[in-house]
Amino acid sequence: MSNNSILVIGGGFSGITAALEAAEVGHEVYLVEKAPFLGGRVMQLNKYFPKLCPPSCGLEIQFQRIKKNPNVKFFTMAEVAAVSGEAGSYEVTVKIKPRHTAPNNVDYSKLAESLTGETENAFEFGLASRKPLYVDVPFAFPSRYALDGSALSDSDRAKLSADETIDLEEQEKEITLSVGSIVVATGWKPYDVTKLTNLGAGEITNCISNMQMERLASANGPTSGHILRPSDGKPPKRVAFVQCAGSRDENHLGYCSYICCMASLKQAVYMREQYPDAEVVVYYIDLRTPGRYDKFAEKVLADDKLKAVKGKVAEVARDKASEDVWLTVEDAIEGNKSKERFDMVVLATGMQPSLAGTPLPLDVEMDEEGFIIGGEDKGIFAAGCAKQPLDVMKSAQSGTGAAMKAVQTVRRR
Amino acid sequence: MAEKIGLYFDESSLGGFLDLEKIAESVKNKWGDLCAVIETHPRLASADGKAKIQAALDAGTIDAVCVCGPTPRVDWEFFDFGENVLVDRVNLREQCVLSYLDPDGRELVLGQTPEALHAMALDYVNMGVVKLQKATVPEAEIVESVKTILVLGGGWTGLTSALDAAKAGHDVVLVEKEAALGGAAAKMYKTIPLAHPYEKAHPTGVEDKIAAVQADERITVFTSAKLTSLSGMPGKFEAVVSVNKEEQTLPIGSVIIATGWTAGSNEYLKPLGYGTLKNVVTAAEFEAMAKAGRIARPTDGETPEKVMFLLGFGDSLLPFAEAEKAAAENPEEPVKSDDDEEVVKDNFHAVKTYRHLPYTSELASVTALKQANYLQEFCPQGQSYIVYEHMMVPGVNELYYKAAQDNPGVMLTKGFVVGVRDGGSGDVVVNIKDSLLGENIEIKADMVVLPTAMVPTTAQDSVLKLQYRQGQAFPDLELFDGFADSNYICFPYETRRTGIYAAGCVRQPMTLATAEVDAAGAALKAVQCLESSNRGMAVHPRSGDRSYPRFNLLRCTQCKRCTEECPFGALDEDEKGNPVPNVSRCRRCGTCMGACPERVIFFDDYNVDQIGSMIKQIDVPDEIEEGGPRFLILACENDAYPALDMAAIRGKKWSPYVRIIPVRCLGSVNSIWIADAMSKGNDGCLLLGCKYGEDYQCHFVKGSELCNRRMDNIGETLGKLGIETERVQQMQVAIDEYDKVPGMIDEFVAKITELGPNPFKGY
Repeated sequence: MSNNSILVIGGGFSGITAALEAAEVGHEVYLVEKAPFLGGRVMQLNKYFPKLCPPSCGLEIQFQRIKKNPNVKFFTMAEVAAVSGEAGSYEVTVKIKPRHTAPNNVDYSKLAESLTGETENAFEFGLASRKPLYVDVPFAFPSRYALDGSALSDSDRAKLSADETIDLEEQEKEITLSVGSIVVATGWKPYDVTKLTNLGAGEITNCISNMQMERLASANGPTSGHILRPSDGKPPKRVAFVQCAGSRDENHLGYCSYICCMASLKQAVYMREQYPDAEVVVYYIDLRTPGRYDKFAEKVLADDKLKAVKGKVAEVARDKASEDVWLTVEDAIEGNKSKERFDMVVLATGMQPSLAGTPLPLDVEMDEEGFIIGGEDKGIFAAGCAKQPLDVMKSAQSGTGAAMKAVQTVRRR
Repeated sequence: MAEKIGLYFDESSLGGFLDLEKIAESVKNKWGDLCAVIETHPRLASADGKAKIQAALDAGTIDAVCVCGPTPRVDWEFFDFGENVLVDRVNLREQCVLSYLDPDGRELVLGQTPEALHAMALDYVNMGVVKLQKATVPEAEIVESVKTILVLGGGWTGLTSALDAAKAGHDVVLVEKEAALGGAAAKMYKTIPLAHPYEKAHPTGVEDKIAAVQADERITVFTSAKLTSLSGMPGKFEAVVSVNKEEQTLPIGSVIIATGWTAGSNEYLKPLGYGTLKNVVTAAEFEAMAKAGRIARPTDGETPEKVMFLLGFGDSLLPFAEAEKAAAENPEEPVKSDDDEEVVKDNFHAVKTYRHLPYTSELASVTALKQANYLQEFCPQGQSYIVYEHMMVPGVNELYYKAAQDNPGVMLTKGFVVGVRDGGSGDVVVNIKDSLLGENIEIKADMVVLPTAMVPTTAQDSVLKLQYRQGQAFPDLELFDGFADSNYICFPYETRRTGIYAAGCVRQPMTLATAEVDAAGAALKAVQCLESSNRGMAVHPRSGDRSYPRFNLLRCTQCKRCTEECPFGALDEDEKGNPVPNVSRCRRCGTCMGACPERVIFFDDYNVDQIGSMIKQIDVPDEIEEGGPRFLILACENDAYPALDMAAIRGKKWSPYVRIIPVRCLGSVNSIWIADAMSKGNDGCLLLGCKYGEDYQCHFVKGSELCNRRMDNIGETLGKLGIETERVQQMQVAIDEYDKVPGMIDEFVAKITELGPNPFKGY
């Protein structure tokens, strides 16, 4: 039997967009998200380029749209475990991990604070830790704490079991959904810096990734938005950006990650706005600022304290005494090799599809990098960065386009 | 109108800091039977809590629900009792208890409620009651929608949109100005690869799309045709299309504008030799030669062997940039027209700028790579040079770039042009500053190819020919140098004309692959809009809202403020100057309501009387010394209000003397509210809204900006009353400024308190 419903896998910006756009046409949509909250990668960003506006602004509207639309049914801490059937009638098994907390909004802040367990906060890319009972994202949606049982101490356990709204025994659930079409919007993950051995392999404290920089600049981040060196919490005076950290490199990611040039220019603005005397150097192969972004690039590059240098960074090293970072730079234009010292270095790490190494239980063709390149004939459509590296605006476009294909698939039958 | 309100307090979220019995007692005394049920529940957002409320509704004891507890932004599903039950949520947790800053600096103690906290909570509860009393369940106005979608432009994007809309079950009318379909794609010899593995250029396949469109019985094609007029509203547009000079009137549901681009003016290419040296051609001209089957030098018709593709412009555009900058700084006096009386103005301004050339950088780069690779097809011993500053091939096109580099017939040099001159016998000598070697080199080429700038059709013509009171074209296209783009990163399809969605190169320069996705997206939005109209629901950002502005025209003075200010051009005017609403054009922001001096405009669940009545619930002490000053804050519900919630959650506190009322948009703020607040003795009024200006963040585009403009009038009114104008201020708050906004409030409160009491206090 054919089915009019649509499944969207991934609750980041592309997935939310695909789900809402299809739902507002009138279709029932199930949105399945692995994390405890919707919003995905963009929630970790401080601002978007080129407007330098906060991602939570658009997400707030998206969440309002979800709240008002009974056609959207979403599941968090949920993953697709199995898919069977064909275009027009799929049976999808979804596993939902236990959240252990009340199904409604309860302010557990004091309780969470009192727990002794502590674990690395993945949302902050290791720049902070968190309690086992947590809301780690800004403007969390759904606005409900999650409990990470593995991080609890014995005393935490005792304390929590006394709270009637917390169910430590809650088990994983399995549900089955019937849908006619599937949108895959599983997004991307930052490329693993430990693989970038010549760039410090993530072991140099003051050599951070661009996503860590976003967290440092975010008001809700580990430093409340003050950009400070991780080693000593001091304001950096001289910062370098190393472009194509992993991207455009046969040994890592063969493609260009689309956003990193614009992201570094944007982050240079964060730096320069916070520290009017700071110097910024961006080392690049090509500065890719396509289309109307040209205007933004022009504005940012006009700053005389910002230097863009065409050159390859061959090596990153730590200065043991000062924790400064030494870059060995091959300046392509001057033709020389030099060593430059910085207080802090930002690696413009690329985006890798989330599905690289961890494919979905779906029969769709993927390329060698983990991007989805097929599925249309099966009523399965990739959206956003599951398909190719894109910025947010193009991801929203892609999510809307995928919604159209999904709608066509369920309507045609 | 709510007549029997159930008032429910959630103890679990108020933490025992409020004296709920005392509040209940006051409410009962004040409102009597209007509050048919007043109850406190230990945990209202629970199955039991919900069941209790539902039972009271079912029994007819209550007809509306007022929940006093956490912010309305949480637990929406628990407190949804169907579309026919009005629910209000009084935010006593975040914006009252959590953010309470004790005037004497004391910590809150369980079981002891400071007077200032009690006063604030009681004001908010009273506001919640009166808000429901002054609201009715909105009744949707259904626009019986025509299901046909009009696609303007029969190029790659338009063809794709038409096919997509047809596949989704809609009839399509496709209007193409040329005699043949295919647009720019049909003029292309090949395209860069559109799919994995992104290695080889190939024919575009536009012929297949054309054939599919022609074979599709849902799609009607008009070629040599032009839209001459578009009137009406989503679901009920009327398009007049001139086909071979004969006019046809067509009923249309929604519109996709995919009118593409035209080649930019060659004057910007003059410094690069175009026009003076005949063998300097544009990429579009080169493509046409390839399509025709032969690359021929304009001077002698010979097939060139050495062709240079020049992408690095160096400083050659600088004089244009400077001239434009100077012109922008000294704008010409606008010519005063006396067509104010005309119902439809022409709001179109042509945009001519050198910037279209750099905006085309991505297309210029991939096109150069593609064409450099063609050359050997036409000249086996051919050698191409690409001179570039930044190879603009973001994302997957990097793979094509890599493949193109493998061709020994293509040489890439990073550099930029410093001079172009005649090399004799038609040759062109290009002097390049080589960025990698650091020296100037000269290359003699048989032919030089320069990029073709893409200029959106909307930079040159109003295209839409809208018969709207605010004009024929999309407004504010200057912001994007003529591109019919959205200013929202999150919402790329949002335009200022509901039901009309742009796709393809009229929106941004883009490749065929991107345009294909874009076309599908725009088609979805077009389908969604006409179906939403058919359900009587708003589209983005208040998607699903059934309320809409209604007009009590008897009191209208034809001042035209509403028709002029509506950010979406939803209101037309009749011959007397009365507003003529077009419900499905409307986005429900309430800007018209805010503009109206006569309070003619209202929503069922949001109106001037309602908010005015809420303001009257602020119990202003006669003396500042006895109970403190009072300040009204009107906060944008999309950004400032969530920021305040977030601030409270993060432990920030602010003055207990402010009372916050969320508004749909600052554009909806009617100055009477401020006058009411001030004449009642409130000491100040703070409007918190989104950033405006070029990078505006207002979800209704103009709301916060219009509000700011109205502040002048408000200041004047205050001046007449003898009230200091600084008592009323608007501030811009982004949603992520949660750590700043409490300080902004406190600073405002401190400054106004210094002024002393509002002179009207106590009257």
